[in-house]
Amino acid sequence: MTALQPSRLLSERLPTDWESPAMRARIAARYRAERNFRRLGAAALVIAASFLAFLLFTIVRDGWSGFLRSEARVVVTFTPATLGLDPAAVAGPQGKVLLARADYLALMNEAALTLGPASGTLSDAAWLELRERLVADPALLGKTVPVWVPVRSTIDLLAKGKFDLAAPADSRGVSDREVAAWRWLEREGRLRTNFNMAFLRNADSTEPELAGIGGAALGSLLTLVITIGVAFPLGVFSAVWLEEFAPKGRLADIIELSINNLAAVPSIIFGLLGLAFFLNFAGMPRSAPLVGGITLALMIMPVIVIAARVAIKAVPPSIRDAALGIGASPIQVVFQHVLPLALPGIMTGTIIGVARALGETAPLLLIGMRAFVTDVPQGFTSPATVLPMQVFLWSDDVQRGFVEKTSAAILVLLVILIAMNSLAIYLRNRFERRW
Amino acid sequence: MNPNSAPNPAMGHNNVPKMTARDVNVFYGQKQAIRNVSIDVTSDNVTAFIGPSGCGKSTFLRCLNRMNDTVDGARVEGRIELDAQDIYAPAMDVVQLRARVGMVFQKPNPFPKSIYENVAYGPRIHGLAQAKADMDNIVESALRRAGLWEEVKDRLGESGTAMSGGQQQRLCIARAIAVDPEVILMDEPCSALDPIATARIEELIDELRGRYAIVIVTHNMQQAARVSQKTAFFHLGTLVEYDDTSAIFTNPRETRTKDYITGRYG
Repeated sequence: MTALQPSRLLSERLPTDWESPAMRARIAARYRAERNFRRLGAAALVIAASFLAFLLFTIVRDGWSGFLRSEARVVVTFTPATLGLDPAAVAGPQGKVLLARADYLALMNEAALTLGPASGTLSDAAWLELRERLVADPALLGKTVPVWVPVRSTIDLLAKGKFDLAAPADSRGVSDREVAAWRWLEREGRLRTNFNMAFLRNADSTEPELAGIGGAALGSLLTLVITIGVAFPLGVFSAVWLEEFAPKGRLADIIELSINNLAAVPSIIFGLLGLAFFLNFAGMPRSAPLVGGITLALMIMPVIVIAARVAIKAVPPSIRDAALGIGASPIQVVFQHVLPLALPGIMTGTIIGVARALGETAPLLLIGMRAFVTDVPQGFTSPATVLPMQVFLWSDDVQRGFVEKTSAAILVLLVILIAMNSLAIYLRNRFERRW
Repeated sequence: MNPNSAPNPAMGHNNVPKMTARDVNVFYGQKQAIRNVSIDVTSDNVTAFIGPSGCGKSTFLRCLNRMNDTVDGARVEGRIELDAQDIYAPAMDVVQLRARVGMVFQKPNPFPKSIYENVAYGPRIHGLAQAKADMDNIVESALRRAGLWEEVKDRLGESGTAMSGGQQQRLCIARAIAVDPEVILMDEPCSALDPIATARIEELIDELRGRYAIVIVTHNMQQAARVSQKTAFFHLGTLVEYDDTSAIFTNPRETRTKDYITGRYG
């Protein structure tokens, strides 16, 4: 037996020597360990931050020019004959309609010829600018004015310096004729860079200079409206029932386990479910925000349930006691006391869930939202795509002009995500109660 | 006196008990918290429940307005009556019971709402006021009775949680009074308060005596001696002795009571 009686042990022990070399070494080792741990922590943070900085840097570097477009100055004579317009009729009651329907493409082709070697550089949709000008100001009919119109993507990229002109002609991705046309435009001072409103307004297009994220953004918005509308009430009421009314026992445990597992199910599985149930069984329209929204709602509902349960649990029991103690019914306790106090937490969880839904692509692939949609969606059942899907589609496109569009779309998506998360943090700080 | 038999009716000042309990047993799951407690509470007295921690005095108090219903696995046996009505009978509406038997808790727990809303909440859910003026009257009289009116009349819109602990507890008393209860249960209402706030609550209890049947659970024997006319001593889930407060503190019949009030344990 090596164990001694504690009293004997203490009485026989020598006084501790706090100054001994061994003790000093131990203290030095403790300080060293602490210093090393701090350095490790700082290093981890630096590495994480540099990854993030690298990501942001590359996206911003590639993407900022996506918000700009090059425009060429063309001198246009709004000749009524070319437009197929009768000036007398334009002055009449049907004037607006006639102006909107005129043959601007012919006018554009005519005007493009004045550009000489650069006559083929204008965008296919350049005539839209002419229509806009004339509809806004019918007095221009018959007059000659300079108009700035968008150029083709290749010229746009040349102007932005995206091509390596020193490379051999067959590998640089741009023809000598295009380079010459661009040089001519630059020399004549007919080229300028302007903010690209079309990028924010338009839907997808095969031409990079015409493609925009407006359609995808609206598609995302419509989808999220459905997602919130379905997931929020379902999630909150599930949480309320589980926390306040469910009999504690085996069934409640099984439900809780299932919900936690559901939160971890890969999102593609929800897409398969949406495909099998909503499209094939329920016959809902393909590619529609309605179906996408419900599918994403299924995906984020467990997140909302978990967040709401935590928030409900955090309401102190003393508040429930207080309300019950003066004769509030259980429903009154929940709706007049518990839910209002838990709401900031529930909102935070919901916004984080919705932010996840906003960035989700996998389940939407399967229900047909990987669609080339050139129109801004008109409603919950019309074909649409969403922002991350648009990023995916463009990143897949062979045309060089879509590179900057991809990064620009990512920037828009990131800005929206940051805004949503900031809102979640703001709500939490603003309304959270401490007890 | 055997505490498990019916108390002697001649003992109280008022012969009609407001609440009676007969052979009450309370279980939490398998564990028995209260054993065969029988007691009468009269309207014109303050009744104090004293006893060491874990003796079941709070558990028993919470049976009187069925607050134990909210505890999972809690089971109450025996008979508890309010005005000769069995409060555990299926016909008894628990919401109304809790309005008639109000409760003040250990920790002040005002709602995180305005002072006015704290007091008005009970009357509102029970439909006790028809017009805004009625409600104003109820709020003012409840706050006056709780001795809080003069301090808060100019800031009724401020949050109830922004007040001092003693004021919060008086607000909770006002909140209980506002629904015009017949009995007020107080579960160690001063244990979270400083001595000055405690004295203020004790004065208040004295002012409320006679208007409401008051039952107070307390750790503090001096407090029981100061505020109550009847004292019940609980130990290990049983009611050891129940008598006039003066008798309990000067001439206890049971040795366990005597040991407790002289500080031998507890």
